[in-house]
Parts: sequence; C-alpha cells; structure tokens
Amino acid sequence: MRGIGLRLATVASLAAALGAAVGSAAAQDKIRIGYAISKTGPFTGGASITTLPNYQLWVKEVNAAGGLMIGGKRIPIEVIEYDDRSNSEEAVKAIERLATQDKVDFILSPWGTGQNLAVAPIMNRLGYPHLAATTNTNRAPELAKRWPNATFWLGLPSDISVSFVELLAKLRGEGKVGPKVAMVSVSDQFGIELSTAARDALKKAGFELVYDKSYPAGTQDVQPLLKDAMAASPDVFAAFSYPPDTLGITDTAKVLGFNPKVFFVGVGTAFPVFKQRFGQNAEGVLGIGGWNADSPTLKDYFKRHVEALGREPDRWASPITYASLQVLGQAIERVGKIDRAAVIKEIQTGSFDTIIGRVKLEGGLLKEVWAVGQWQGGEFYGVAPTAMAGARPVVVPKPEWKQ
Amino acid sequence: MKGVPLALVVAAMGALALVPFLGTGYHLALAIGILNNLVLATAWALFSGPTRYVSLATAAFFGIGSYAAAGLGEALPWPVLLAVALVLGAAMALVVGLSTLRLSGIYFVIFTFGLSELIRQLVTWWEVNVSRSVGRYIFLDVTQEGIFWQLFGLAALVFLVGWLIGRSRLGLALRVVGDDELVARHCGINVTGAKLLLFAVSAAFMTLAGAIMAPRWTYLDPSIAFNPVISFQALIMALLGGAGRLWGPLLGVVPLTLLFEVLGANFPNAFSILLGLVFMAIVYAVPNGIAGWFEGAWPRAVRLLPQKAVR
Repeated sequence: MRGIGLRLATVASLAAALGAAVGSAAAQDKIRIGYAISKTGPFTGGASITTLPNYQLWVKEVNAAGGLMIGGKRIPIEVIEYDDRSNSEEAVKAIERLATQDKVDFILSPWGTGQNLAVAPIMNRLGYPHLAATTNTNRAPELAKRWPNATFWLGLPSDISVSFVELLAKLRGEGKVGPKVAMVSVSDQFGIELSTAARDALKKAGFELVYDKSYPAGTQDVQPLLKDAMAASPDVFAAFSYPPDTLGITDTAKVLGFNPKVFFVGVGTAFPVFKQRFGQNAEGVLGIGGWNADSPTLKDYFKRHVEALGREPDRWASPITYASLQVLGQAIERVGKIDRAAVIKEIQTGSFDTIIGRVKLEGGLLKEVWAVGQWQGGEFYGVAPTAMAGARPVVVPKPEWKQ
Repeated sequence: MKGVPLALVVAAMGALALVPFLGTGYHLALAIGILNNLVLATAWALFSGPTRYVSLATAAFFGIGSYAAAGLGEALPWPVLLAVALVLGAAMALVVGLSTLRLSGIYFVIFTFGLSELIRQLVTWWEVNVSRSVGRYIFLDVTQEGIFWQLFGLAALVFLVGWLIGRSRLGLALRVVGDDELVARHCGINVTGAKLLLFAVSAAFMTLAGAIMAPRWTYLDPSIAFNPVISFQALIMALLGGAGRLWGPLLGVVPLTLLFEVLGANFPNAFSILLGLVFMAIVYAVPNGIAGWFEGAWPRAVRLLPQKAVR
C-alpha cells in the first residue's frame, strides 16, 4: 500500500513538473507580478490597511477584465506573494528571489519608508520599475535621481509641514487662531523630518512655539505629554505621530478635555478606524492626508474597495497606491510588451488617467498630493494645499469633545 | 573522528565559495544570509559555549557595527572603518563585561537583553536631539559580491581564532570556568579576565558583521540595527548546532537559514506557526544540538562496523 502511494506521488510530481515545463514553454500567457509585504511584525498594520488591499483589488479588477492588454491580447496577472516579516534583510532577499528564482515580470513595492529604501538599490540593479507609493522622505528628489527606475508618490514631509503652517498662517490672518502652538512628535525618521520642517516654518510665519517635545515610538502613556502641552494653553496643537499614538493622543485629549482651536494629529487620522473609534468626536480633527471625497472617480473607488474587501480605504495613501498601480498597468499596455526599461521610461514621462485625476510625474515625484485633511461630516476631506482641486475650507475652531 | 569537524568546515566553506561563480543573485543573497548568521552564531558560541553564559547582546554589537558603517562610511576608507568598528565593539564589550560578567545565570541574560535596548535608546536620543534625523542613508560602492567575500573572510577568521583559542591556555581556562567557576578560581585562574577577553573577541566579530552588512540596506534606523530578532536567531542557531564546539553552530546555521527560507517562500501566511512547531521539535528531538547528536551517533556507528575496517 505504502509502495503504491509512493509511486503515485512520484507520478503526480512528474506530471506536475511536466505541466510546469509545458506551461513555461508556451508564449507569455500570464503576467507574473510579485511582491514581498509585511504580513507579520510591526509594519503589518500599515501594510494591511494601505498597501495589500489595493494590490488585491487592482489584480482582481484587472483579471476580471481578462487581464492587461498586451499586443492586442488580454493577458491575466498571476501573483507571487511573500512576507518580509517587517525586516529589511528579508525584504532584500525576497526581491532577489522574485527576480532571479521566480523570474517575475514586475515587482510591486513593500510598505513603508524604510522597507522601500532597503529594496531600492536592488530593484535598481535588477532593472525593475519601483513605484514607492508609501515612502515619505525629504530626500526623495535626490533618491529619484540616484535610482531612475524609482518613483515617489507621497510628497515630502517638509511639504506636509509647510502646507500645514501655511494653513495656520491664513487662519491667523483671518483672526481665527492665536500665535501659540504646542507640538509633539514621534522620535523616528518621519516624525523628525515633519517636526523639523514645521519648527522652521512656524518660526518664519511668526508663530510662538510654547511646547515642543518628542516621544519615543511605542510610547503607551501620552498623558504626561498632553498635560504639559495643555498647561501651555496653546491655540494650536499639532502631533506628528504614528498610528497607535495618533489614536492614543486623540483619546487622551478627549479624556483631559483638551480643546485647542486647531487639533492636528499625524498618520492614522485618515484611517477608517479613526472614524469608527471616535465617531462624532472625529469632527473637526485635522490630520495628514485627505482626499477629494466629492470626486466621482474616488467615490466609485471607495465603493469598489468596500465591496471587494469589506472595509473602507484609508484617505491618504490608499488611493495613491491604487493610482500607482493604474499607472503601472497603463504603462505596460502602452509599451505593449514586457520591456521593463521602456515601462520605466513611460512611467517617468507619460501622463495617465487615474482615480486621483491626471497623473504626470515630475523628476520621479508625484507633486499634487494632499498634505492636510479634516474630518467633516464623517468624511476626511483634503483642506491643504488649498490650490488642490476640491480643497475644502477648514472648519475652525474644532467642536469641543463630547464625553 | 578527529578530522571530521575540520573536513566539515572546509567542505561547507568550499561549497559557499562556489556560490558567486555558479549561483544567481538570489543564491548569493542566501549565501550572504548564511555567512552572516554563521559569523554571529559562531562568535556567540565562542563565548557562550565554554562559559555557559547565555548572552542576548548580539544585536547590540551588530547594531554598533552597522552604525559605525552608517556614520563613518563616507568619511573613512573602508579598511580603516572596519578597524574602527572592531575597536568600538571590543571596547564596548570590555566596559560592559567589566561591570556585568560577575553576574551569572538569568541575571546575565536579562542584562544583555537590556543592554541592546539601552544602546538602541541612546542612539535614538542622540539622533533625535543631536543629528535631528533618526534614519541614516548608506551610499557606499560595495557590491553584493564584495559583501559576500568580506563575510566569507570574516567567517574563516572566526574559525581560525576559535581554533587557536581552543588550543591555548585561555581555551582550557574557559572550559574549567564553564564546568565549575569555583574550582576554576581555586586553581588560580583569573576567571573574570578570561571571560572578559573572550567576550571582547566575540563582540568584535559581531560588530564587524554589522559593519559589513549595513551597506546592503541603504537605510538604517535604530529599530533595524538593534533588532532583537538578531540576538535570538544567533542563539537558536548556535543551540541547534551545538554551542559546545567550534563547528557546532555551522550545523545549526545552514539548515535553519534554509528552513526559514523555504517556509517563508512557500507558506508566507503560516510562517510563524510553522517556525514555532519546528523549534519545539528541535528542543524535544535534539536537546544537545546536532553536534552532540552527531558525536553520540558516531561511536554507535563505529561499534556496528567490523573492527578491522575501523583500524
């Protein structure tokens, strides 16, 4: 019995091997797209809210339409997925594996600034287009020059801070807020770049920084921090925070009854969980990101996202991630074959219709990005830069917390 | 029997040396992973094997090396930088060792784990308040092959130094310390001095590994450099292989690195569960490490052979 089982297994595996050989011998009948993303470890939260759902949604939609149109024929996408375990070394190794073992046609980017920068040199060396949709660093312009295959989609931290301060300056000009600003920031790369830029911009705009502290990532109890900020009785409170702290700081401000005229928190404000957690109290809270929720294409995207995945997208990097995939797809279709160098060139120079409007990169960077959004009537509208299409006027002062 | 460990090490290193010529970029990446783990686990066992002090400070020294490369990489020529990293790591180990090697058992374990966190927080504080930037970028012209050969050389050096120590008075003294510290003291062995010296040697290798690996990632921040997983991995690999022998960790590093790879590639969603099961299997099935099992199995095999063939 055992012998037969073994022999059967051998036959089956031989058949499988043959099948695989035949499959690869036939002309391209699949586009192989691979990615390594954090499914375990500290980056899982961000990856599973912003990046992975959009990859799944896009692949599902493209395949439902029969695939990408290449050389007059629709070719479906096949996905190869790995877990980078929130570890740079694993991410680098996974990209090598995708390129040289699995021989995928294209590689999608991991989640987060650090992971994207870790894989950037290898993506460049292997000649794959790198659409870093969730990388936010002030060195993006320089990095885009260093790695011509890489594109950066989330703006610069300094732009976010400068837009925010411009917004404050305008409000102050209208007499809606005073000059006193309290600021806290998480002590990692992102928080530091944002707070450094904000500090400079605030000084230039003539604001008075009455409180300015950084806290280590992973801080559980932010109450002492907020009590001190509150004691300085600021007109504006700004926290350049990360998702768990963003919720913690908002919670604590509510408990303490800390009601500055402007209340700004960092990454995570745009997540659907923020609205679920705070409900009515989210009203008037400002944060990083935002989108033009009135745009019909985004409304449609929102609907498709909820239908396909059973949850809402985040209102900052989600639509941008999806748009970057649309750009990749359109660039591949325009080139009409698997020619990665040509696709890179098309992404850099072409102009594309996406859910966030017309996209044309400049020097490898997406320039029209929302910096500041505000919860208004259960939706996180973009409010700055004010020049963006669909920018809403900001509501100040923020309504007081309801206990 | 005596020649077997040497043959094993030479065969493993020889096989690894072929990778840059025969393998793809992925194989090279895998070989770099194996060499890095090999250096860390063997360096760990160099100190922890004979003394039986379980150290979780691997990440601390590895991180110091990475930061040395990130901070000084553009200012110093590469060989000088490696020398600086080595000195930094050894000096750090001497300072730490002087204050803690009198601790033993669980106190030492906890302290070394705390040490990594302490250094991570210090680096973070420095970066936040002084450099005003937590992440560092490392743009050095080092190819993957370059990293591979440096690690290869380092691994060879670890084996050489380990072998020399094993033959020296220091090695003998440490084995006595590991068996019974009190007896060692009464024999007139400078127990603290011996431990300290070996701790510094082991730390220097870990620091060098960190410095060599750092250019691979381009971007470095304290949570990457001082990742506690580094400490645990080195420990698990060394224990699986057998920490009591110089060549023991090799037997743990190669299968475990490959296993991590196979599990991660084929079961990305069940990786942690499978890993947990594998660790349990290791603890129950090979409590003395593969090297221990191997050495036990060898005499058994010899006894089964006709006597003539053995002689």
